[in-house]
Formats: sequence, C-alpha cells, structure tokens
Amino acid sequence: MTDTAVPTSAAGNPIGFGRMLRKEDVRFVRGHGNYVDDVQLPGMLHGAILRSPYAHARIVSIDTSEAEAHPKVHAVITGATLETLGLAWMPTLSYDTQAVLATDKVRFHGQEVAFVVAEDRYSARDALNLIDVEYEPLPVVVDAKKALDADAAVIRDDKDGKTDNHIYDWEAGDAVKADEAFAAALADGGVVVEQEMLYPRSHPAPMETCGTVAHMDPITGKLVLWSNTQAPHAHRTVYAMVAGLPEHKIQVIAPDIGGGFGNKVPIYPGYVCSIVGSIVTKRPVKWMEDRSENLMSTGFARDYHMKGRIAATKDGKILGLQVDVLADHGAFHATAQPTNYPAGFFHIFTGSYDYGAAHCKVTAVYTNKAPGGVAYACSFRITEAVYLVERIVDCLADELGMDPAELRMKNLIQPEQFPYTTPTGWEYDSGDYPRALQLALDMAGYEELRREQAEKRAKGELMGIGISFFTEGVGAGPRKHMDILGLGMADGCELRIHPTGKAQIRLSVQTQGQGHETTFAQIVSHQLGIPPEDVEVIHGDTDNTPFGLGTYGSRSTPVSGAAAAVVAERVREKAKIIAATALECSVDDLEWELGRWQVKGDPDNGKTIQELALLAHSSLELPEGVEGHLDASAVYNPPNLTYPFGAYICVVDIDPGTGMVKVRRFIAVDDCGPRINPMIVEGQVHGGLVDGIGMALMEVIAFDENGTCLGGSYMDYLLPTPMEVPMFELGETVTPSPHHPLGCKGVGESATVGSPAAVVNAVMDALKPYGVRHADMPLTPAQVWMTMQGRPLRTDLAFTD
Amino acid sequence: MSHDHHNSVSVTVTVNGEQRTAEAEGRTLLVHFLRDTLGLTGTHWGCDTSNCGVCVVAVDGVPMKSCTVLAAMVDGCEVTTVEGLEGPDGLHPIQEGFIECHGLQCGYCTPGMMITAKWLLEQNPDPSEHEIRDGLSGQLCRCTGYHNIVEAVRFAADKLNNKEVSA
Repeated sequence: MTDTAVPTSAAGNPIGFGRMLRKEDVRFVRGHGNYVDDVQLPGMLHGAILRSPYAHARIVSIDTSEAEAHPKVHAVITGATLETLGLAWMPTLSYDTQAVLATDKVRFHGQEVAFVVAEDRYSARDALNLIDVEYEPLPVVVDAKKALDADAAVIRDDKDGKTDNHIYDWEAGDAVKADEAFAAALADGGVVVEQEMLYPRSHPAPMETCGTVAHMDPITGKLVLWSNTQAPHAHRTVYAMVAGLPEHKIQVIAPDIGGGFGNKVPIYPGYVCSIVGSIVTKRPVKWMEDRSENLMSTGFARDYHMKGRIAATKDGKILGLQVDVLADHGAFHATAQPTNYPAGFFHIFTGSYDYGAAHCKVTAVYTNKAPGGVAYACSFRITEAVYLVERIVDCLADELGMDPAELRMKNLIQPEQFPYTTPTGWEYDSGDYPRALQLALDMAGYEELRREQAEKRAKGELMGIGISFFTEGVGAGPRKHMDILGLGMADGCELRIHPTGKAQIRLSVQTQGQGHETTFAQIVSHQLGIPPEDVEVIHGDTDNTPFGLGTYGSRSTPVSGAAAAVVAERVREKAKIIAATALECSVDDLEWELGRWQVKGDPDNGKTIQELALLAHSSLELPEGVEGHLDASAVYNPPNLTYPFGAYICVVDIDPGTGMVKVRRFIAVDDCGPRINPMIVEGQVHGGLVDGIGMALMEVIAFDENGTCLGGSYMDYLLPTPMEVPMFELGETVTPSPHHPLGCKGVGESATVGSPAAVVNAVMDALKPYGVRHADMPLTPAQVWMTMQGRPLRTDLAFTD
Repeated sequence: MSHDHHNSVSVTVTVNGEQRTAEAEGRTLLVHFLRDTLGLTGTHWGCDTSNCGVCVVAVDGVPMKSCTVLAAMVDGCEVTTVEGLEGPDGLHPIQEGFIECHGLQCGYCTPGMMITAKWLLEQNPDPSEHEIRDGLSGQLCRCTGYHNIVEAVRFAADKLNNKEVSA
C-alpha cells in the first residue's frame, strides 16, 4: 500500500502519507501507557457511587450515618449535599437537565444516588452497603411505544408543568412532495413497501470504563481533572459554566484512553462527584466505574423504533422514502449532537440513491432507562439512517423479485451529479459510488456466490449474501450550522518548529486509539518535509493545547487534520519569506520541493526547512513586519462535512438446527479520499466491521418489565470474540474531498455505520425460504430460530414474544 | 460490621523475576495488588467477571484472569506481567508482532492479549488462524476487529520459528 512516490526518512518512515508503524505503540506494548486509573497522587482518596435498584421510585429517606462512621470514609455526598451547592442537577448536551445525585426520585435502574469518598476503593464500596435508602416504587415506563399513553407514569415531573413523557417532534424533508411521490408511484403501477424495524439499544462498552481523578488545590484554587474524555476542552468549558469555577483555573488532562466510541463524550455524574469530593475533602479523589456501572448508566447507543415506506416504479427506480421514528432517550434527554440537529444526522436516511422525495418525522420520548443515545461510532445517528435505508432497499428488492445489487446499482447517485443535494438538504461533496459497488461485487465474486447459494438452497442449506452501501457525513462542522451547547465546532491547532528543525504540533482533538500521534506527525511531514519521527504531537491537556471540540463523529481528520494542514502551510509560507531573505531573492523566485525552498531554475540554490528554522531563530535581519521564529496557529472552520462512502458485502452460513449464524466472509470497500496512513485506516475498518457484526448478531441492552437492565455485565452484554468474526477482505477507491485541504474524509466510524445492514441483509437473505422479510437485531440463535418459525421476537424487551 | 473483617496477609511473589513482599487484605484481587500495591499498572482492570481478559497475567507460566484471583492465592508463585515480557535483548517477538502488524489501537487489551498469545505459542508453536482465534477467545478487543491480532501472533510464531517474517 506504500506510495512509492513518497520518499522515506532516515528512520525508514514515509515523509508524508503512507504506511508507518505507530509512534504510540512502543509504550503500550511495554505496559507503559498512562490511563486514568494509572494516575496515583499523594493523599489520593477513592470514590464509589451508590446506585438505584429501581427503575422508577420516590426517595423517601437516605440515612448515611453508618457510612459516615466507617473509619476509612472521609465523606458521604448525597443529592441533598449537592443541592446546597446548586449542583444536584446538571445541564445535558441537549439542553435538558440530568440529576447528578437523585434528590426527589430515581428514574432508571442504576441511577446515581450517593457518593462515598474513602481511603481505598474497597472501603468506599464497603461503605455503600452502609447507606440506607428507603424507596417508594412507582409505575415504570419501559416500552417506548407506551411512553405517550395517557396513563403512562410521568417521569420528568421535576420539570415545571410536565404532564407527559414527550421530548420533541422533529421533521426533515418535504412531507407534501413525499406524499405526492407515493401517490404517483401507486397510480403508475409501482410498488410501495413498508417495514417496521428496531435499531435496538446497544452500548459502546470500551474496554476501559469511564473515570476521573479530581484534584482541587485548596491553596491555589486550581482544579486539575484527569479524565478519559474524548472532548477535554468542551468539558473544561462546561465545568466552568455548570460549577461556576473560573475556566482559567480548570485544567482537564485526558491521558491515554482505552477506547471511546462516543461513550466518553458526555459529562457523567461521577465526574462531578469526584470534583465535589475533592473540594469537600481537600484531597485528590479518584473515581473509576466498574463494568456494570459502565453498561447500566453511561451513554448507550441507538434505541430507534423506525417505520419506513419506500416507493418505486415496478422496474425498480426509487421514487421516495418516508420514515417515522420513535426515539427512546431514557430518563434524561442527554444525547450528544449539534444543537440544531436533535435527531443527529438521521435525516441523511435517503442514503446513496438518487430520488427527489423524502420526509422523516422523529418523536423522542422519556422512558425509565439510562440516558444517552448518540454513541458507539454512529456518526451522529447515521448508522440508524443507513440501517433503515439499506434494509428497506433490500425489502424492496424482495418485493420486486430483483437482485439487491442490481437494484442498488440502478439507483446510485452518479459521479457527475456531485456535488449532490439530497431531498433533505445535505450537500454530498464527492463520490463515485458505482465504482465502489462494482469493486466490492468483483472482490466477492458475486455471481459465483449466488450460484453457490442456489445449489445450497436446493439442498436445504442456509447461505445468505448481504449488501449495504453507505454514505456518511462526517467532520462536524461548519460553525454557522453546528455547535454543541453554543460552542461552534471549529478546532484550533498550533505548530512550532524548533531551531534545530524538530517540530511540535498541538491539537484540540483527543485520540482514543486512532493513532493521532502518528497520523498528525505525518500530516506535518507531508506539508513540510520534516520526517514524522521529528514531529511530536501534543494533545489531551487543556493547558497546553488550543481550544476545539474533540474527537467523535469521525471529525479528527476532517476538522483537526485540516487545521494541521493549514497551520503547516502557514509555516511553509513564513519559511518562504525567510528563504527569500537568506537567498537574497524575491519570494516569487522560489519554488517548494518537499522540505525545501529553492530558486526556480537553480535547484542547487535553496534552503531546507531545517536550515530555515535555524535562520528564523538567528540574527538574520528579516523584512519589515516579519517576526522571528517559525511557528503558526490556525482555527479551522470546515465549509462542509466530508462524505466518505463504501460498499460492503457479507456472506453468512446458518445452522438450521440451532439458528447459529456464522459470518463466512466480509468484503469492505471504503472510500475516504487519500489515506494518511493506510495501515491505520484498515485497522479502523476492521474494528468497525466487528462492531457491526456484534450489533447485528449479539449485542443488546434489554430490560425486563420492572425496568431492570438486563445487559449489565459482559456475561449478559455479548461482544464478539475472535471466534465470531472472519479475516476481512478490504478494498479501496479514492475520491478526494474537494474542500478539505488534503482531500481527506473521515473514516473512523464508516465500518460501524455501514456493516450492520450488510449482516442483517445476509441473514434475511439466507432465511428467504421461511418467508419472513425482516427480523430485528440482534440475530441471536434464538431470534433466528424464532424467525424460522415465522415469529421473530421484539428484542428490546424481555417480557414480550 | 464488615470493615474490620479484612485481615491482612503477607504475600510474597516473584514478579517479572523480582521477589516482592507486601501486605494485602485477604479479599484483595490480584489485579489490584499488582496495580495499586506493587505499582505495575500495565495490567488492566476491565470487567470483574473473567470475560474480557485485559487483566490476564501469567501465574507460574499459565495465563490467569487477575480480576478473579486473590492476591493471597499467588503467594509463592511466579507472576509475569506485560512489564516482564521484554528481555535483555529487547522486545519479545509477540511485542514486535503487535507493533509490526498494527495489532493494537487504544492499547488497553494489549497486555493481557500478549500474555495469552505468548502462552499459546508455547503450547502450539505453529498455530493455524483458527487455533489462534480459539486460543485468544477469552480476550476481548473493541478496536482492532482481531484481524491484525491474528496477524501479530502469526508474525511472532514465524519469528520464534526462525522463519522469514513480513508484516
């Protein structure tokens, strides 16, 4: 995959883009990473959270006296304590409020009720058992479909005048135009296919749980917070706004993070409690949640009940798509997305196809479940959108008796149509969709697979082939459209070239495994010709990096990567002036050869960037208005999102005796523009494909009739092991983004977004002989078996059939 | 009352070749003993239920999930953690394999994954893809999709068998 045109450094690394081993790995493979639970401070205490055993109950009383008497306990904090500080409730990222510690009642199983600070983590947990809480259980709202019933218990009676569980209604597209398209389709002898489908509640479940170490220095009044946050700067500002702490006295340090996937975007009650704990005890306080706490209380993903209707001519030209969504947001509206987009980017649901009419309506409700909803590499709910359109296109193919590859190929947006404005208002920047789909079909040997399937089907064997084609919009986003809590989604970047030509680049974004220390060094290398091993990437410390909104929604390369490219370009331009001065020529006489300004027509007469760095710091007299040193800063405000896309094909075999699905092959063609480091891109795709297989076949957070979370451990919330997944077959096409300075598009979530539909389409394809068009994820052996009996289960509730 | 029931015991273990003795409550889990008492934070804490494997260390050469082993149970044993994989000649081929094949991303599962992989190659120096997957089936990774982990173990196997290796 290495581009032979790229020269290599003395250390053997590409000077610029290309496969390069990761700079961060040398510490990780030695066990010398520094995760938040590795932080040890003198005098540090440990916190633990008492959680609600009920999904909905009034708190009658809390008695903490026995816990406070525990010899190793330093503080017990309840909602009542926080009320005196004005911190019992905190704002969510969606302009709602969320209880930090419950005061009036608990609203989901696992909700935070009290916080104990003790000398060690075991004593803190011992003391939790000494807190006596009296609850008065209330009726629960577990089924989102019943949340708006007249007799449903009102969950948010803390909100003035609230008499139901309704959060919002939101629409996109043109309802009238869509209705007309559907009427016209039917009048012309076309088809309309309707399908309900649930994208069930799942969880990002990073291997490292969420946690903080808070240290409020009682002398200086400075708060230092080690936190495994994906958005350290945004968190700092929110802490300042919520707690009234002066922002210049808050330092958020995000050390190495053991996976994020969106789980580590919100501010959780435990973070606030650890800060309060440190203020109260005047000592550093560590809080690390355990696995059950992570799965039961932190940001879940999805929980979209979707009803789609697609219209097409009888020969398979798509005419329109309508979607109704019932969104289960849990007990607090705490989804993390840009302000103007309450359903995230779900309205990109029209997908990769060319048709003129579309409309969606999203209704969001409260239920007695944990809050969250935008997480797990969903690209702000594009995964729900892609699942909807790719499933219903397969349903349409089934209705028409048409091959799903042929139906897709017939409807894809064509390369000459870009930039392409969709019926719901997105402007796709660039793409060559037919090329990507054809490459995937060729790699799969599609026709041969269909022949094999026919033979197997004749013998009663169950083999399925599933296709999905996705377009994502990533890199949020343009400031005029996109903000979170009023903070525009632009990112800063600073670059310094030291006198000896070594560089430091400071980022606002925060890696959780994506390899920023390597790829951002490669961006600088690409722009300036400095070897990537000579570029140090500094990130994850708000005192030492410029402001920006962090890493999620595949935004690091589209936004911060662009900022890095721009800042390096500014350094290059300044170096040009210095070169002209040193070479005693006009800047117009100079040309850039990787790593060097030289005189046009006289290539021997030039200065390397390293030489220019030294000159910039020397006594060389510079032109009027040009300052010394070689550094620059930039804030990048993206003009548009970038739109990566891809074509995925999954091949499954199903054991008809057990309903067990085996993923035999997975072919993934991704187009994210030029790849800074192909090895890292491929790794991201591999990971996302396993996420998709996990969601399609194994993962679900379900609830019983009491609202008890049934996915509260890794014994209940099943993740794929190495056994459930194959070696992957990856392909690529390259269509640069016309507006990104490097042509790059985001890719971190592409495979998670694109793959679930391919797996489900493959399973439903295999099950065609049983006459069932759709079954909801996860397609566990039990679900497949029930589907074979014609009665697929509702997977989000344990008490219905 | 529970808080005065946790009698301390003295635990002596040879960790990565060095004998260490420390006090631990009887209930202290090995993972917390290694991390909090001995300061060896390369071993991670992930799930408490023996499912994820980020806490795996070798006890007398055999991989064990240190979140479900009491520190007191390894008294007198030899424990190898990720910090002990590197030898006097540099990185262990397993460590090299994970770097060369991009077998890690966030790095959190990596220590346990490598300890188990090392044991796997001691039992089976030339494992097939299926045998590698089977051998690592008690280890979860959320980032890599396992593809490059399989490649990393094959890289190490080939290197240990003195075969030509290519990443």
